[in-house]
Amino acid sequence: MSWDKIFNFTDYSELLPLVHNSLLAGLILGLVGGLISTFVVMRDLPFAVHGISELSFAGASGFLLLGLNVVAGSLLGSVLAALLIGLLGVRARDRNSWIGVLMPFGLGLGVLFLALYEGRAANKFGLLTGQIVAIDTPALSWLAVISAVVAVVMLLIWRPLSFASTDPEVAQARGIPMGPLALLFMLLLGLVVAMAVQVVGALLVLSIVVTPGAAAVRLASTTLGATVLSICFATVSMIGGILLALGSSVPISPYVTTISFAIYLLCRLIAMGKGRSRAV
Amino acid sequence: MSEKDHGTELVRLQGAALGFETGRPLWQDLDLSVHPGEFVAVLGANGSGKTTLLRALLGLQPLSAGTIEVLGKSPKAARREVGYVPQQRRFDPLTPVRARDLVGYGYDGHEWGLPVLNRRQRRERIDAALAEVGATRFADAPASRLSGGQQQLLRIAQALVCDPRLLLCDEPLLSLDLNHQREVSAVVDRRRREHETGIVFVTHEINPVLPYVDRVLYLAGQRFTIGPVDEVMTSETLTRLYSSPVDVLRVRDQLVVVGVPDHPAHQSEPVEEP
Repeated sequence: MSWDKIFNFTDYSELLPLVHNSLLAGLILGLVGGLISTFVVMRDLPFAVHGISELSFAGASGFLLLGLNVVAGSLLGSVLAALLIGLLGVRARDRNSWIGVLMPFGLGLGVLFLALYEGRAANKFGLLTGQIVAIDTPALSWLAVISAVVAVVMLLIWRPLSFASTDPEVAQARGIPMGPLALLFMLLLGLVVAMAVQVVGALLVLSIVVTPGAAAVRLASTTLGATVLSICFATVSMIGGILLALGSSVPISPYVTTISFAIYLLCRLIAMGKGRSRAV
Repeated sequence: MSEKDHGTELVRLQGAALGFETGRPLWQDLDLSVHPGEFVAVLGANGSGKTTLLRALLGLQPLSAGTIEVLGKSPKAARREVGYVPQQRRFDPLTPVRARDLVGYGYDGHEWGLPVLNRRQRRERIDAALAEVGATRFADAPASRLSGGQQQLLRIAQALVCDPRLLLCDEPLLSLDLNHQREVSAVVDRRRREHETGIVFVTHEINPVLPYVDRVLYLAGQRFTIGPVDEVMTSETLTRLYSSPVDVLRVRDQLVVVGVPDHPAHQSEPVEEP
């Protein structure tokens, strides 16, 4: 094995324009993934992220097999999974076993669709493990529009969502519609996961939608502070991952996940060093 | 108090019954009114429907029979003017919320839309609520690092920041030590004296609030009795209520209840947990 395959920065300036779209996609995904990540952690939904991404993968591979738009398939699978988990898994215990039931079914469907698909093999693995320069301009537009929708809705529900996520009992007494709010959040999560699947692949979505938030709550003492940190972490992981992957012949995912993981470790170390006091 | 006209009643329950769908009511034919500045303690064993009564007053649980009005409206419509103090419950250590954020939820946590523009007024209201309960010194500490007593003071600030006319407290003293029980009770009492806020205070331990209570609603196995402390907390009344011998003893300024069925000495010792 040669290190050239993993790190190779010759002709870097010529390669950069080729990943213009990927960088933009990474930036958008970092912003919206980081935004939602803190709430995923506060609401104890990391496993749901995993479940949604597997069904998103099933949807995408199904549409790939049928020759339809892969992004649309991914969205369909994601939103369906989010709704199923949101509606049938209200209590945490129920939810986790329900996701555990749903997830292998989705993954199995995905494997079936890919086995039947006779196109380019890179398309197959891209859905699971991410792609290098697969983001074309129409896909980027989808990504931008959906991210904008998610960001705007998140801002509009910010206060009730923060309240409900950290102090559910009093939030309910104050008349916040907990069920509909939880379902709406799952739907937003579904949208974000569907987009992340396009870039980092179904198996690695957690590194963008869970790890940044989990790292941020180690350091932050306010929800806003945690969200800002989480957005920074997710964006740095995405952009850094793409830039490092550029010269190599491997997908971007391992770079993204490694940076994301390193940030998490660093946050834990800092938090330990400060006796778990909070900085932000 | 009962001769006051209906307009001033903060809570008005008439012929109320709550029994879920099982057919075995927790209580029925309950008439209760709470007036401004009145401190009503709700006592009774676990499972006697104390918390369910609060849930009904919050509009989270419909009655099986009878009528319920809070501030002259349906409980749901009155929610914005009602403060709620829950049982003390530890926050996860990784919850990114400071003491003042928790109080801020009480101020505008239920509002949709972009976060407030009038930050100054918001901050002043939160600071005032923190000062009212004596929580200013830990206002910026992470909520998860506060002691149980500090958290309950915050809970009261959170409930008071919206300037409620009625305060519903669900076992707010549970798992607090004696000093904190007294401190929290005194804060609640001062509020109703200074602002005429009505208090419905669910507790299984009457002693910390004994100096303040105007009336007691005592729930016991589908039955109940309402009245001043001196009438309700007597051997005769509780014996009749439980249909089984119960003794109420006054030891110094404390009440000790002995012989409550199924819940041995549940009134006699404060629950203290670290």
